Amino acid sequence: MILAQVVLNGFLVGAVYALFSSGLTLIWGMMNVVNFAHGDFVMIAMYVAFIAFTALHLGPEFFVPLAAMMLFLLGVVVYYGLVRHVMRGPILAQILGTFGLALVLRYATLWIFSANFLSLPENLLGEVQTVAGLRLEPSRVVAGIAALILTIGLHLLLTRTALGSRLLAVAEDRNAAMLVGIRPDPMQALAWGLGAACTGVAGALIALFFYITPTVGESLALIAFVVVCLGGFGSVPGALVAGLTIGIIESLTSFWIGPAFKDVVVFILFLAVLWFRPQGLLGKA
Amino acid sequence: MPAAPRAASRLLLGALVLAAVLVWPLLIEDQFYQRVGALVMLAALSASAWNLVGGYAGQISIGHVLFFGCGAYASLLGFTWFEWAPILGAPFGVAVSLLLALVVGRPTLRLKGHYFSMATIALAELARIIVTNTPILGGAVGVSGPAMPRSVLDLSFISPLPYYYIFGGVLGVLLLFTWWMSRSRMGFYLRAIRGQERAARSLGVPAERYKMYALLASAGFTSLAGSLYAAMLGFVDPDSGLGILLSVKMVIAAALGGAGTLFGPLVGAAILVPLEEITNAMFGGSGTGVTYVVYGAIIVFISRFAPGGLAEILSRLKAWRARHAG
Repeated sequence: MILAQVVLNGFLVGAVYALFSSGLTLIWGMMNVVNFAHGDFVMIAMYVAFIAFTALHLGPEFFVPLAAMMLFLLGVVVYYGLVRHVMRGPILAQILGTFGLALVLRYATLWIFSANFLSLPENLLGEVQTVAGLRLEPSRVVAGIAALILTIGLHLLLTRTALGSRLLAVAEDRNAAMLVGIRPDPMQALAWGLGAACTGVAGALIALFFYITPTVGESLALIAFVVVCLGGFGSVPGALVAGLTIGIIESLTSFWIGPAFKDVVVFILFLAVLWFRPQGLLGKA
Repeated sequence: MPAAPRAASRLLLGALVLAAVLVWPLLIEDQFYQRVGALVMLAALSASAWNLVGGYAGQISIGHVLFFGCGAYASLLGFTWFEWAPILGAPFGVAVSLLLALVVGRPTLRLKGHYFSMATIALAELARIIVTNTPILGGAVGVSGPAMPRSVLDLSFISPLPYYYIFGGVLGVLLLFTWWMSRSRMGFYLRAIRGQERAARSLGVPAERYKMYALLASAGFTSLAGSLYAAMLGFVDPDSGLGILLSVKMVIAAALGGAGTLFGPLVGAAILVPLEEITNAMFGGSGTGVTYVVYGAIIVFISRFAPGGLAEILSRLKAWRARHAG
């Protein structure tokens, strides 16, 4: 029964991992640029949620969309201001550009809010329920299910709508897309906006039950890398499967070996995937 | 200007700069500035070591702190376990770093671009977490060197001056090595690999082997820098010896001055370290935040406007002047 609880908790966190990793995989698949600031986008969203709750007394039904919108804007601004210019430059510029952005976001937050751990009230969404012997924390359940639905929604947006087709067309072949009348720049900006909005929703959701601190993005970014590598670059369904898997593996590792080692297992898995199957488990070679 | 006087004037300029670098700490009494000088030398040393693989070979490692930490921990663990002078641990640090570079380099150097960077971040973080949770390696608390200097071998001086010259000496050796390497066959191979690895391979450049050589040399020198750092500070913990920000500082110093150039990392270090010390002095405890915001802004700016760093800006200026003079 304890094991079922551990797996359930891992699954719910994993769904949130899947959501923000989908954002990373979307950007990556679209233009072959890695957003090293991705974890810090999630962190910013957590602070947006925290401020919206404590200062403006907004509930999750408001601060989740608010964080999504703000991060969407941030993504678009970052694309036009920075990424558009470095994505064709030398590899050092590509890596340092978003890495520098990560430092600015992380340490500006540290400067403003100090390194203290913040958190939202545990019972924001109600008290813990026990169903069939499983402890259900409303905040985790809501976050997990919402993330699951939105990740699937993102996949449907990409595969079932005209807009999604245009996005994928640019990802497939920029020049060919231009020949059929799709301007790549707005599409790539949109991909950055959507990718960042994923972190916005995921950050606001994870803030419901996670500690909030300026450096939290560092480990979240590594988790996103792992999920994207495992799921295959550019694949949202891959990110979903991999995110849930990583969530459950982390949860099992903290249960069996100890919380300090949950990242160790995840990173080793990451290196193993990079070495033995660089295209990911579900990706194409 | 004709060629011969130009070469002579460059030589003269070089000699003047070298003399200034050697003499200025003696002219300044203030220990704060002498300490900053020593730290500049150390930062220049680690950034130049990174430059071998990150600049010349174009493999952007963000996990070099792994080797730095190896050196730092080796020298202080040697003391903690066997009461060795910290510097005696340095060769072991270098040996372990070379071994790590061999083991880790084989699979990671196959990875291209971003993937290599991500793998190196993951490796460094892995090392940090493992050391933090291993009591015999000092755990989260860290390890300390001798409380009181026992002999000159402990390299424990009150004045920062000896450190300045020790770091500077090692830096000199590294620069000579880098200069020799960049003009040797290896330097040409590495530049070809950085330019277009596939093309280099098709021309018969044994890319993997030469990237490995660059990584080995880089890891060895980085580890040595770590050992010297630990000897100076007399203390290392997972954050100060294996934190990802140390890697970032090496990369930024090299990128600011100009990655893949001989003196770029020196120029970068000479700008960044005083900047960091001044912001720390100005903002006190909250200075760390400000420092890294500035660091981040600098690298965003470089990557956006001058990916080649100050070296690129300089050569652009020269070209502009030549156009307008002629």
